[in-house]
Order: sequence, then structure tokens, then C-alpha cells
Amino acid sequence: MSDAVPASIRPRRTVIPIAAEEGAGLYAAHRKVYTRTVQGVFARWRWAMVFLTQIVFYGLPWIEWGQRQAVLFDLGARRFYILGLVLYPQDLIYLTGLLVVSALLLFLFTAVAGRLWCGYACPQTVYTEIFMWVEHKIEGSRTARMRLDGGAFSLEKLVKKWFKHIVWLGIALWTGFTFVGYFAPIRELGLAFLQTRMGSWEVFWVFFYGFATYGNAGFMREQVCKYMCPYARFQSAMFDRDTLVVSYDTERGEPRGVHAKGSDARAQGLGDCIDCTLCVQVCPTGIDIREGLQYECIGCGLCVDACNTVMDKMATPRGLIRYATQNGMDGHWTPKQVLRRVLRPRVLIYTGVLAALCIGLLASLVMRTPLKVDVVRDRGSLARIAEGGQLENVYRLQIMNATERPQRYRIEASGLEGLRVSPAEPVEVGSAQSRWIAVRLQLPYGGAAAGSHTVYFDVRAADGGAQVSEKATFMVPR
Amino acid sequence: MSDFFSDFWSNYVGIVSLGSILFCALLLWLTARAPTPSGTDNTTGHVWDEDLRESNNPMPRWWMGLFVLTILFGLGYLVAYPGLGSYKGELGWSTGSEYAEEVAKAKRELEPVYAAYTAMPVERVAAEPGAIAIGERLFLNNCAQCHGSDARGGKGFPNLTDGDWLHGGAPEKIKETIVLGRIGVMPPMAEAVGTPEEVKNLANYVLSLSGSPHDSVRAGLGKSKFNACVACHGIGGVGNPAMGAPNLADRTWLHGYGQEAIISIINTGKTNQMPAQQGRLTEAQIHVLASYVWGLSNKPAVAP
Repeated sequence: MSDAVPASIRPRRTVIPIAAEEGAGLYAAHRKVYTRTVQGVFARWRWAMVFLTQIVFYGLPWIEWGQRQAVLFDLGARRFYILGLVLYPQDLIYLTGLLVVSALLLFLFTAVAGRLWCGYACPQTVYTEIFMWVEHKIEGSRTARMRLDGGAFSLEKLVKKWFKHIVWLGIALWTGFTFVGYFAPIRELGLAFLQTRMGSWEVFWVFFYGFATYGNAGFMREQVCKYMCPYARFQSAMFDRDTLVVSYDTERGEPRGVHAKGSDARAQGLGDCIDCTLCVQVCPTGIDIREGLQYECIGCGLCVDACNTVMDKMATPRGLIRYATQNGMDGHWTPKQVLRRVLRPRVLIYTGVLAALCIGLLASLVMRTPLKVDVVRDRGSLARIAEGGQLENVYRLQIMNATERPQRYRIEASGLEGLRVSPAEPVEVGSAQSRWIAVRLQLPYGGAAAGSHTVYFDVRAADGGAQVSEKATFMVPR
Repeated sequence: MSDFFSDFWSNYVGIVSLGSILFCALLLWLTARAPTPSGTDNTTGHVWDEDLRESNNPMPRWWMGLFVLTILFGLGYLVAYPGLGSYKGELGWSTGSEYAEEVAKAKRELEPVYAAYTAMPVERVAAEPGAIAIGERLFLNNCAQCHGSDARGGKGFPNLTDGDWLHGGAPEKIKETIVLGRIGVMPPMAEAVGTPEEVKNLANYVLSLSGSPHDSVRAGLGKSKFNACVACHGIGGVGNPAMGAPNLADRTWLHGYGQEAIISIINTGKTNQMPAQQGRLTEAQIHVLASYVWGLSNKPAVAP
């Protein structure tokens, strides 16, 4: 691609001004970032992550599992299906666990190699990349886009802009539709859309999420990372001097200046940087990496790719801009020495906690009982005397069937001698349904001392698949 | 605003709300104009702790636009909705009206569900599993607090499953009980009966009516005192559903079993109340609920 290779390398001192102009006030005017496309290892990684994340995101709702969608979060019925699992709102702890694992993963990645998440996997990055690709295909290269935006109104401009926005909107709406497809069966949703009888809330969320995608990936782009994203800010707290970050080798590069290919830069009093500004032109946040680590840097490594291309052309070694640690840069360490410091206590602790959490979470999911029982004691009366001299307490049991078959559950009680459950017949609960049952616990009069006693409801699936024991209180009046 | 004697607090809230918004606008205007000191190194020039410098990284201008939008939204909201003290807002919205609307909407949506059942007699509805499921939920939400989740009641609260009815167990009687509620009054009868000994004798006679364990000598002595009770409880204490007088000759002891409990009731009387559900529940809900309650002690009619 012609973009990646500079046609002519002219001396150009001033690039894109980074610092605000004198007296700009508290609010700066927005400067649009025109990124140049670049090829290289990290660009390929970025695209690999685009495909990986988006195939999962767009594809997952279409996968079927038995009679239903494999991943479906049915908010209306409050059932959450993930492959073979049926989760209830009471299983929120798994979501908590997932979030904790995600946070720790972020800590770990950030401690090792800085803002990897930001540079490669964050939806903001991924969608921006997709939208930029569309922009590039329709409006042309960086210079062509700048010329188009700077130029007067023309038919070409109108057509290109319209075409771009239509494609963007198409992608955005499809993204919104897919998003809603996680919460409403996507096939039915598609049919409803074709017959224009989608529910008003579904329409709202398709457009809302679609609009957010369009706005964030089309217009906001790096500003989301710079001004809005909280993770971007607190990730810098996880950096240390052994964190791999995209770095410009100042010692090797400076003083920057143009010199001919093959000529000895040192002899001319220059560093290896030829000041081609390609690293700035490819930067999705529009910064100059040569000024050192900046809060805007999302660590995507595109400037590394750009610089390596140029270094190859200049027949100088690669790595003028590279992933390096501060210690490694200062101490002129070899890559091996740098990598050895990756396994430092901070990283090992993150890894250990993460591994323990993942194992715990998985084990708890595997050993999960597909049955839940809630016991609510009747508040109206403490106890009553029923026929035959039986002391009765009344309870409501909510029995939640977390399997996708109708189940029969047998309810028994333990904790006091002679305790009986009435009615004694097994209870039917439909597939993935929950049901309230009123049950009585009976104890022969005088069977226990006055006061409150701890008893247990033992609920068993008739097929022996699940058993839950739930604590309750049995009151004996004075 | 009837909560207060004067308009002071209403005005206070209004002035504070508007004042805060205006202050935000002023702050925005001032800060947007004030130039920040900016050296060549893009810092404000302040240095702390030897090397900590404050960078000048200004917010984007569109962010200020969001602030302006927020202010406009806030003003618009205060015009449209109640927020400025006792000012009701141009839209006339209130939580009460929203609640009423939602209830009305839910009722409209449920109408077709109930329509099928309201056309059927109670005996038939009790055979409909769908109606029973609704009835059970209605019962748990509205009746179980007193009658128990299993409808078997407790001391002072009648058991609805035993086929023994204070006011009659015919479907229309059950409906009447739900709609209008019931008040059961047993006046204190100690004076009419006589001495505490005589009351004790009467209590034993009452126990004898149902064949419960009693002192037969005292029961014999107390028999004549029962004349004071006959007006309501009937000859032989069989009760009178027309006025809700309990049958004393059966094994149901709503307010407690045994000599002591009966003496207490004779001495102090009892007023027991079932609250009216009219207005709380719709006619259709009461129809389904009555069917559920009726079905607790009756075999529902099978569809012809």
C-alpha cells in the first residue's frame, strides 16, 4: 500500500501540534485525527483481534442449543441461558466472579505490557478500526481524506460522505440488532424486524446501541479514550518501571534529522530518527510517541510498525520505537533481560489470584446444583394447633428448577424428632420455572420445648439429580 | 403544599434549585474564557515535590457543549415536571397519576384473561387450572397474611379449607364476604350469665356440646345459663350462619380451645373483623378469588 511507504521524505520539523495553543482556556477545540494505514506485526494483531472479538460477538446469538438460543439473557422471564446452564437472578455471584476475573485480567495484562486491552481488544478500538477501514476504502488514504475534508463542496465529496455514513449506519444498526439479540431471541427478532412488528423497547435499544456505535466509532474515537474512559486513567496506576510500553529510543533516535539512506547518521551528528513523522500519522490518538509515554497512548503499537517499515527502508536496525520497559531502556538491557523481569512479584500475585479465582469459579459452576429453594415463613401466625394435636408452622417455599426438564421434587424436613411435611406429595415444577408452594410442618404437641428451633427443608429431585437443604425456623408457642 | 404553613420552603427549594443551575452556567462561562497559564512545555508552571508538574490538558470544547446541554435539560425539566418547590410543572405529571395509569393499563391488559372466567359460574372456574393459578397468587398477595399461605388460618383467623363456614360457604356468600368484609361480634356476657362460678359452669356446658372433655356436673349446672346464648348460637349451640354466630357443637375452635379460652370469651366478648376488599380488587379478581377459596373445600364441577 502506498500509504505505508513514504514517497519522499522531506524535512518537516513541525508535525501536528500536541500542546494546546497559548491561552486556549479550559476547553480545547477538537482536532480531527487522520490516521494513515500501516502494515506490520502489530497491525496484523489488531486485525486478528477485530476478527476474533467480532466473530464471537456477531456470531454467538445465532448458535442454537437444543430448542433455544445458546446464549440468551431473557430479562423478561429473568432466566439467563449460557449453553447448558440455566441461571437465575440469584446466580448473580457468577457475574460478580466474571467481573472480578475481568478486572484481574486487566491488571495482569497492564502490569505486563501496558494498555494491551486498549490497543487491541477494547470495543472502542475495535469498532473505530472497522469504521476507519470503511472510511479508508471509501474516502481514500490519509492525504486524500484531508484533501476531501479541506476542499470545497463537490459532488464527489457529497457522494463519498453519504456513502460512508450509510455503510457506517448499516454496521452500527447491525451491531445494535446483534446486541438486542442477546436479550431477545435473535431469530424471532429478525423475523419481527422483517414484518415491522418489533417491540418498541427492542427498537429503542437497537437504535440506542447502534447510535452509540456510530457516534463512538465514527466521531468520538480517540476522545472516548482520552476524556471519557475511566479504565484508561487508572491503568497508569498499574504501570511500573518493568512494564512493557511503546517507547521511542531517544538515545538512539536523537537528534532527529534527515539523512540519506546508507549514510552514516552519527557522522552527520544525527540519530537514527529521520523525522518522517509516520509514527505520528498512524497514531489513532494523534500523539507523537517521541515525546515519551503519554496518557493518550493506547499502546496499540502501530507506530512501532510504521517506524520498523522506515528503518527497513533505511537499512538500519528495527526497534527505534518498540515495546520496552523503562528499566530496560535506561539500562540498555537485551530483550531477554527485559523479559526476565516480567515475572516479578506483582505479576506473579495477579496470576496466582487470577488462577485461584478461575478455578474456584469453574468448580462452583460445574458443581452447581440445578435447584434453588427459598423458604419464607408465614409472618401472620407463629404456630397453631391443628387436628390430632399437631403443632403447625406454615411456610412458603419457592422452588426454582434450573434444569430444562419438568421436575418432581420431594420435600422433607429434618431437625426435630417427629417433624412431618404436609402435603407430602411431590411437587411438579416446569422446565426452568419457579413455583411458590405453601407447606406445613407438623410436630406432635409437646414434641419440642417452647421457643424457636432450627429445622431444615430437604428438597430432592425425584430423579435424584439435585438436592438442596434450606434452613428455617420452627416456633413452638409457650 | 399543605405540608407547610407558609410558602417559605417552597420558595427556598425553588431558589436554591435555580440558583445552583445559574451558578453552574456562570462557572462554565467564566472558566471557558479565562486563559490558563501555559508554558512551552504544556504545563501550568506549578511544580510540587520536586518533579510533580501539572499538565495543561484541556477538556475538549464539545465537552462544554454537554455541560450547556445539561443546563438546558435541567431548566426544561424544571418547567415540565414538579421540581421547583410546590410548582406542579407544565405537564401535570405526578407519581400518583403515573401509578394510577399503570394500574389502569395492567387492568386493561388483564381484562381478556379474566373475561373467560367471569362468564363462568364459580363452580366451573374452580376447575380451570389457569384460574386456580391466578387465584392462588391473589390469595397469597391479599389473604395469606391472615388466613395463612395454606388458607388454614390460625387462632382468630378462620380456616378456609375445612368446609366449616361462619357466614356460609355458598359461592355467593364467599363473594359477599370478600366484597363487603365481615364483622363478627360476641358481646361480653358475664353479667347476663352471673357469677364467675356460673360462667365456668356454662363453659363446661359449651364444651359438652361438641363432646369435648368437660366436667359433667358443672355442665349440668351450666345448661340453664345457655339460654343467654341461644339467641345467636341457636338451640344446642349449632350456630347461625346468617349472623355469623359460630357453631359451638363442632370441633372448630376459632378463638381457642378449652375451658379457659371459653371463659375468657364469655367474660370479655370478641369483635373479629374481615376487611372489605371492594375497591382493592376488581370484580373479576374477586370472582376468581372466590372460586379459588370455594375450591379449597369443594369438588369443582366438571365442565359439561
